[in-house]
Amino acid sequence: MKIIVLIKQVPDTYGDRRLDQATGRIDRGGDLVVDEITERAMEVALKEKDARKAEVVLLTMGPASSVDVLRKGLALGADRAVHILDEDLAGSDMLRTSAVLAAALRREGFDLVIAGNESTDGRGGALAAMIAERLGLPHATSLNTVAIGADNVAGERAGEQGTRAIHAELPAIVSVTERNPEARFPSFKGSMRAKKKPLDTVALAELGVAEPASRTTVLTATRRPARAAGRKIADDGTAAAELAEFLTSSRLI
Amino acid sequence: MPNILVLIRLSTHDTVDAHATALLAGAARLGTPIAVLVTDGPLGDGTIAALGRAGAAEVRHYISPEVDSALLTPMVDALATAAADTAPVAVLTENTIDGREVAGRLAVRLDAGMIVDVVDLRAAEGRAVATTSVLGGSYTVESAVEGGPLIATVRQGSLEGPVTVTEPEVRSEALPVSAVPSAAVEGVSETPVASNRPELRTAARVVSGGRGLQSRERFALVEQLADALGAAVGASRAAVDAGYVPQSAQVGQTGVTVSPQLYVALGISGAIQHRTGMQTAKTIVAINKDPDAPIFDIADFGVVGDVFTVVPQLIEKIEADRR
Ligand SMILES: Cc1cc2nc3c(=O)[nH]c(=O)nc-3n(C[C@H](O)[C@H](O)[C@H](O)COP(=O)(O)OP(=O)(O)OC[C@H]3O[C@@H](n4cnc5c(N)ncnc54)[C@H](O)[C@@H]3O)c2cc1C
Ligand SMILES: Nc1ncnc2c1ncn2[C@@H]1O[C@H](COP(=O)(O)O)[C@@H](O)[C@H]1O
Repeated sequence: MKIIVLIKQVPDTYGDRRLDQATGRIDRGGDLVVDEITERAMEVALKEKDARKAEVVLLTMGPASSVDVLRKGLALGADRAVHILDEDLAGSDMLRTSAVLAAALRREGFDLVIAGNESTDGRGGALAAMIAERLGLPHATSLNTVAIGADNVAGERAGEQGTRAIHAELPAIVSVTERNPEARFPSFKGSMRAKKKPLDTVALAELGVAEPASRTTVLTATRRPARAAGRKIADDGTAAAELAEFLTSSRLI
Repeated sequence: MPNILVLIRLSTHDTVDAHATALLAGAARLGTPIAVLVTDGPLGDGTIAALGRAGAAEVRHYISPEVDSALLTPMVDALATAAADTAPVAVLTENTIDGREVAGRLAVRLDAGMIVDVVDLRAAEGRAVATTSVLGGSYTVESAVEGGPLIATVRQGSLEGPVTVTEPEVRSEALPVSAVPSAAVEGVSETPVASNRPELRTAARVVSGGRGLQSRERFALVEQLADALGAAVGASRAAVDAGYVPQSAQVGQTGVTVSPQLYVALGISGAIQHRTGMQTAKTIVAINKDPDAPIFDIADFGVVGDVFTVVPQLIEKIEADRR
C-alpha cells in the first residue's frame, strides 16, 4: 500500500497572523508550524504503516521554509518526502494548488492520498475534493474516523446535517478532521534516521501545469480595528446584578 | 441581467429553509436567480411555490436516483449541466462541508475562480465582488474573479435582502449516471438532536461554555443561561474534547464562526483559536475566575468570578425581570 500525505506549513495560529494589504496574501514572516490537521493526517498514515506494510510519502507545495515540515514528518516515521518548490507558485489560488498537487500525485502514483479537511490559513476546505475531481477518483472526505482496507477506505463523514457512513474503492483521496488522533512525538532515533531519508525537490516545469497563478484578484484588504477591553468587575456578590443591568441597558434582555 | 445559479439543498420535509432563501437573496443582488435542485423524485408544488417566494426566477430540477448514495457527484453534474446552459456569472452554494466540496469540484470542471466563506456580495461594473472576513475576522477582503464565473460559498446567516416574489418556470430533467466515480454513502449514522434553541451559526445570541464548566452534568448551566436568553449553545474545543457537548457546538478556528449580537463566554480562557470564531460579535460578555484570561481583552463586560456562583444569580435576575 502506498500512501501519500498532503502536509502544509502555515503561520502559527498562536502568533499574530498578518495579511499583506497590497496583495491580500498571507504574510509568512512570522512563526511557521505544521498545520495541525495535516499532522493528524500523517498520524493516520503512520498507524496504517505500523499495522500493515505501507509506504508513506509526504508531499507539500510551498516556499523553501516548508522543508521543515517534511523533515519533521520524516522524523515521525514517513519514508520519503517530495517538496514542490518554485517561485512561480507564490500566490497560487485553490484552483492552481489543486492542479499542481494533482500533477505531482499522478507522477508519484499511489493507492491512497490523505489530506486535512481544512487548513488554518486558507480555510478552503475543498482541496481534497478538487484533486479527486482532477484525477477522476472518488473522494471520501471530512472523515472523523478512517478504516483502511486492502482495496477500500471507509469512515464517518462529518456534516452540518449529521454524520454519514461512507466508503470508496482504492485508489482514492480522503481528508480527515480534527476528531482523528493527535500526531506522535518524534524520537531521537527517528530524527537521526530522518537525515538519511530521500527528500526530493520538484520544480513546476517538471509537472507541466499550465494554470495561471490565480483567477481571483484582491480588490481591497483592510485590517479590522482591534477590539478594546470594556468594563471588568470582580464578583463581590453583586456582579450578576450589574451584568443583568448592563444587558438591559444594552437592550440585550 | 446575468444569470446566477444557486444550489438549493432542501431541508428535511422538502422545505426551502432560511439558508436557501439567503442564497437566493444574494443571487438577486447580482442578477437573475436560478435555483438548481437535485432530488430522487418529482418536486412538490409546495417546494416550487416556496422557491418562488424566495425569489427564484427559474428552477432547474435534476432527477438522480444516486443523489443520496453517490457522494456529491450528482450535485456537481447538475450544476455543470445548468452552467453549460445558462452561462452564469456566479454560482453560489452554502459554505458547509458539502457546499465547499461541490463548489471546489465545479470550479475544477469549469476552470473557474473560487472564493470560500463569503460574507457579502455585490455587483460592480458587471462583475460579482465578494467580501470575506479572513484570519479570524482580523481582515476584511474584497475580491473578484477573472476569466470565468465566480464560484462562491456563502457563510450561513450572512446574506439577506429584498427579493421579488415570482412564479418560477420549472424545468425538470433526468441526470445521466455520472462517468466520475464517487464515494458511496451507506446512510446517515447520526443526526443532530432536534432542539428548540436557535441555530448556532445564525443565532442573534450565543452562550458558550469551556473547560471551566468541569463536567458534562455541570455544562447544563450553559444551557440554562442560553434558554433564559433565548440563545444558542456554543463551546470551546476543550469542552468538546472533554465530551461536555457535541462537536457541532464548537466555536472557533476549526469550528463554527459566529457573529451574534451577544456572545457570552463562560469558563473560556479565550485562546486565539477560539476568539477567531467569535470576535466579530457585537457585544461580548465573559465570566472567568482568572482575572488574566485573554478573553477579557475583547470583552465589553467582564466578570472575574466563579461561573457556578454568578450564572445562577444572573438567570434568576433575568427571570425575575421578565415577571
Ligand atoms: C490548530 C488549532 C485549532 C483550534 N481550534 C479551536 C477552535 O475551533 N475552538 C476552540 O475553542 N479552541 C480551538 N483550539 C484550542 C485552543 O487553543 C484552546 O486550547 C481552547 O480554546 C481552550 O478551551 P477553554 O478556554 O475552554 O479551556 P482552558 O484554556 O483550559 O480555559 C478554561 C478557563 O476556564 C476558567 N475557569 C475554570 N473554572 C472556572 C469557574 N468555576 N468559573 C469561571 N471560570 C473558570 C479558567 O480560568 C480558564 O480561563 C485550537 C487549537 C489549535 C492548535
Ligand atoms: N500547499 C499545500 N501542499 C500540500 N498540501 C496542501 C497544500 N495546501 C493544502 N493542502 C492539503 O489540503 C488540505 C485542505 O486545505 P484547504 O483546502 O486549503 O483548506 C490541507 O489540510 C492539506 O492536507
